[in-house]
Amino acid sequence: MDTGLFTQRSEHEWEIPRHGAMRVPAVIFASASLIREMDQKVYEQAVNVATLPGIVKASYAMPDAHWGYGFPIGGVAAFDPDEGGVVSAGGVGFDISCGVRCLHTGLTRDEIMRAQKDLADMLYQRIPAGMGSTGTIHLDPVETDAMLGGGARWAVERGWGTAEDLERIEEHGQMHGALPGNVSERAKRRQRDEMGTLGSGNHYLEVQEVTAVYDAAIARSFGLKQGDIVVMIHCGSRGLGHQIGTEFLSRMAAAAATHGIQLADRELACAPINSDVGQEYLGAMRAAINCALANRQILTHLTRKLFAHFFAHAQLRLLYDVSHNTCKVEEHRVHGGLRKLYVHRKGATRAFGPGHPDVPEALRDAGQPVLIGGSMGTGSYVLAGTKESEALAFSSACHGAGRAMSRHQAFRTWHGRQVIDELAARGILIRSPSSRGVAEEAPGAYKDVSAVVDAAHAAGLARKVARVEPLICVKG
Amino acid sequence: MVENRFPPPELEISSAREAVAHWEHYPHEADMGVRGFGATKAEAFEQVALAMTAVISDPAAVEPRDRVTIECEAKDEELLLAEWLNSLVFEMATRRMLFSRFAIRLDGTRLSAQAWGEPTDVARHHPAVEVKGATLTTLRVARQDGGWMAQTIVDV
Repeated sequence: MDTGLFTQRSEHEWEIPRHGAMRVPAVIFASASLIREMDQKVYEQAVNVATLPGIVKASYAMPDAHWGYGFPIGGVAAFDPDEGGVVSAGGVGFDISCGVRCLHTGLTRDEIMRAQKDLADMLYQRIPAGMGSTGTIHLDPVETDAMLGGGARWAVERGWGTAEDLERIEEHGQMHGALPGNVSERAKRRQRDEMGTLGSGNHYLEVQEVTAVYDAAIARSFGLKQGDIVVMIHCGSRGLGHQIGTEFLSRMAAAAATHGIQLADRELACAPINSDVGQEYLGAMRAAINCALANRQILTHLTRKLFAHFFAHAQLRLLYDVSHNTCKVEEHRVHGGLRKLYVHRKGATRAFGPGHPDVPEALRDAGQPVLIGGSMGTGSYVLAGTKESEALAFSSACHGAGRAMSRHQAFRTWHGRQVIDELAARGILIRSPSSRGVAEEAPGAYKDVSAVVDAAHAAGLARKVARVEPLICVKG
Repeated sequence: MVENRFPPPELEISSAREAVAHWEHYPHEADMGVRGFGATKAEAFEQVALAMTAVISDPAAVEPRDRVTIECEAKDEELLLAEWLNSLVFEMATRRMLFSRFAIRLDGTRLSAQAWGEPTDVARHHPAVEVKGATLTTLRVARQDGGWMAQTIVDV
């Protein structure tokens, strides 16, 4: 995009002033070069979000923003129910509560490298990944509802994890206000065989090494140091979340007009928070958040079992678990007063700063860990929430590298085998059921994650703590 | 209005129709656009479905040996296209199948269809990606060059 389209508020803050039907301005956080690379659609979509009823302060886009559905991916918007504010299925996305968790292993690079190939093969064998894969846990209707109400807490009660895990998950592992009864039979049916599966696309499980530490004090309180080995798991609410997203998107698209809401784009599909369909969606969406938390918890259990097989002394403690695609009720200070807002983050991470009561006590002085997944074979980052992020964008940060190239173009540019061989030559083992899938996810198809993270850091959205680089990547 | 499209697959397609009916992908930054063309609207809907299978795997590698019946309806013909693709996504996900042949009958904004395919075989189909759902982004059903065009973006 042309940087001339914006009013530059600061080096990393670009404003689209209110015009036309916009109720508030739109603000994109990025470096000038990221803005220049960004799709024009991000501008249009950020503007469209700013037209929705009850939006507070501004429609925001994170440095990794790209063209999404209705809302840009990397979009953040908060709505006030007392001002006719809306909840939007398009503003949350299809993969509800898709997120990342990071586990310490206590192992060294040498230990991993000695077992690298066997460990990669075993992870690929035991972690169900890719289309058509099924989990080993099959839920009956009663257990499905228990899972949808209980989230990771439900999984821990079934023996798949520990009470300590729950302290390191947003909402203590259980999203309150979930209403399993609002989840359709079709959505539940889609989930029946998909618990404990990774999914496909950009979802992965990686074994990574900490290769750089930028903030020694915060890294210490996160328990990270140079050379540490961690496991990152990126996945979401699987078929259940996708089905809920699909159903409510079409219901909200049809219902918007009956609530007197003019949509600039059908995909902005939304309903007043204080409406039947709005409340129904919130109950179902929260159940999907629990599904994602339970799913990542089960995958953690499988990973632990597998690591125990290779390394008797390995203890995979959870550093933290973040969700990307959510709408959450949070208190934020706006123009001096505290207000209860419905914060949509679509491809954006909650990033509470130091001292926030929702950050686990052991991490509270440092701020909430923000886990940024990079593209396959490049690197990922651990950041920490900042105090100033609240005033900037309701305590939000980026979520990943963001695509720079369509799947279509990536598939024409690379061969999966060649990508796998090149990464293997650099010591990174990829395991995936699909060579085409690997080509479509080639590192070059993504933006430079470092540029995205540097922009988030420089903008003050979150603070850079450590960089991690993969040794093994299981892709769906 | 009932469109004249419900032949069993073995009777399918005159050469003239074959010349019209085809599908293609179009780029979206994160996902994939699927577009179908046909002599009739129903045929265009069938071709979009084929384009969606091609997002996942090579349709030519999917044997049309098991049949599934699908019915759906929506408020208008564009939402019906999204509904049709989402119904297929549901069948693919819950039956763990891929489909390579379709026969659709349209009656206004009601659709009934038969889809032929087979269980997903990872070793043979190498599924590149799973389709999460059809979006309403760039959703369009329109007359074009004397035939029909139908398109939308699918989230993967």
